[in-house]
Amino acid sequence: MTATMRERFYATAAELVESDGRIAVVFADIGTGKLGAIERKHADRVVNVGIREQLMIGVASGLALTGFRPIVHSFAPFVVERPFEMLKLDLGHVDVGAILVSVGASYDTNAAAYGRTHQAPEDVAVVAALPGWRICVPGHPAEADALLRAAAQTDERVYVRLSEQSNSLARPITTGRLHVERHGRHATVIAAGPLLDATLEATVDLDVTVLYMTTARPFDADTLRASLTGDLMVLVEPYQAGTSSAEVSAALADVPHRIAAIGVPNVEHRKYGTWQEHNAAHGLDARGIRGRILRALRDA
Amino acid sequence: MAAILPALGYADLGRLMDLQLGDEKHTPSAASTLDVIWVLYDRVLHTAPDRADDPDRDRFLLSKGHGPMAYYAVLAAKGFITVDTLRTFGRYDSPLGHHPDRNLVPGIEISSGSLGHGLGIGVGMALGLRARRSPARVFCLVGDAELDEGSNHEAIAFAGRAQLDNLVCVAVDNRSSSYGWPGGIGARFALEGWSTTTVDGRDHADIERAFNVERAGRPHAVVAVVESKA
Repeated sequence: MTATMRERFYATAAELVESDGRIAVVFADIGTGKLGAIERKHADRVVNVGIREQLMIGVASGLALTGFRPIVHSFAPFVVERPFEMLKLDLGHVDVGAILVSVGASYDTNAAAYGRTHQAPEDVAVVAALPGWRICVPGHPAEADALLRAAAQTDERVYVRLSEQSNSLARPITTGRLHVERHGRHATVIAAGPLLDATLEATVDLDVTVLYMTTARPFDADTLRASLTGDLMVLVEPYQAGTSSAEVSAALADVPHRIAAIGVPNVEHRKYGTWQEHNAAHGLDARGIRGRILRALRDA
Repeated sequence: MAAILPALGYADLGRLMDLQLGDEKHTPSAASTLDVIWVLYDRVLHTAPDRADDPDRDRFLLSKGHGPMAYYAVLAAKGFITVDTLRTFGRYDSPLGHHPDRNLVPGIEISSGSLGHGLGIGVGMALGLRARRSPARVFCLVGDAELDEGSNHEAIAFAGRAQLDNLVCVAVDNRSSSYGWPGGIGARFALEGWSTTTVDGRDHADIERAFNVERAGRPHAVVAVVESKA
């Protein structure tokens, strides 16, 4: 069985710590079992701060200020939302880099069953509200691995959003670029991260261009403009609907266009269950995505 | 050959603070920290303007970024910034804002102003310096009211467990916390494994001694008591 993004992350983080003395890992009790061995071996730069997420970000800042490249890890609400001001100030305003690696995404890795407390469909929009962040939304464990390794080579502020959901095949992605999955004639569809497979199934008999997005910020306006087909843009994002609408609008400021933004609605969704049930409820399975795209094409 | 500048001393700090005109100077806050910051830069810190990039320099973090006039005055007296720069305090294009920014002033270690950020960053710095086996130490200044912010207590608890003996937190206590600290501020640190010393925050010899207390294996907290905030 193929390792999940999360499992792959723990192995890669350990490998990076072993191979690169600049790499530090800071976590807040999430991942203790998987990071324990590397923590015991490299206790000086693999640090579990306990359930203290504000400190987790502050420590990452301090490590960066002393020459390390910190990887910070927790569930999405605890790495993005609870310490949000620390992201803004300790990293952004102080102006140092770190790699935040979250699990749970909008509602997977048990977050669906936990309920709203652990669900974070707003995470990408929240990070994107701050300047200077690279936001990665891999759709396959191998892509997550490649994006993490690329981030480790820089000093940027990077958010890597891991998901339990995965496409069946990894694409040959390049950090920061949209991948052209196929060319069509009537519309341009951008599928983000693990929703590519469902989007391809939804559009299998539709004559549309499909672009695959694994870097949500900075948004790759160049590839979009070079691949643009028709005046209808469809965004399919596994997080809050419309998160990238403004980026698309800015990229196409001089081009008449319409946008259909498919994603998780911004509502207080008091449901448990599984990520599959949440996807179906929000129209983020192949059937739901197809229905939205067909309606948008009819409205053209 | 570089011009030799006359050395500025403690007696000059009042004049240097007066140069920093602005609408919002947080004067009581600025004055409460004056003696602690002076003693640090004059007698304790191993740092200098020409060591801004030295990985083994001591770090001073003004977590309580409010009222940096005393900080800027000391930096000017010690040659980190020019005296003329003080006159630009708070202007649109000045490097000296009402809250300090490390990206605008070489020698300032962090950008601060919102309360409750410096000590967490200081813990990370202390971890990083320890990992590098650096002799450098981290001194973080907080205010007694700043300790209301819960993030400080995440840092205090963890620093004690991590035995960060290269970390010093100096809490300037002018009793401005709305609900105070029953049992004393030092007790909060001591409970988490820090060594603690409480001193007169205006007595330079007392302050210097407090920073030099032997504290093997433990972070150190200095509570510097000054006059109550008016």
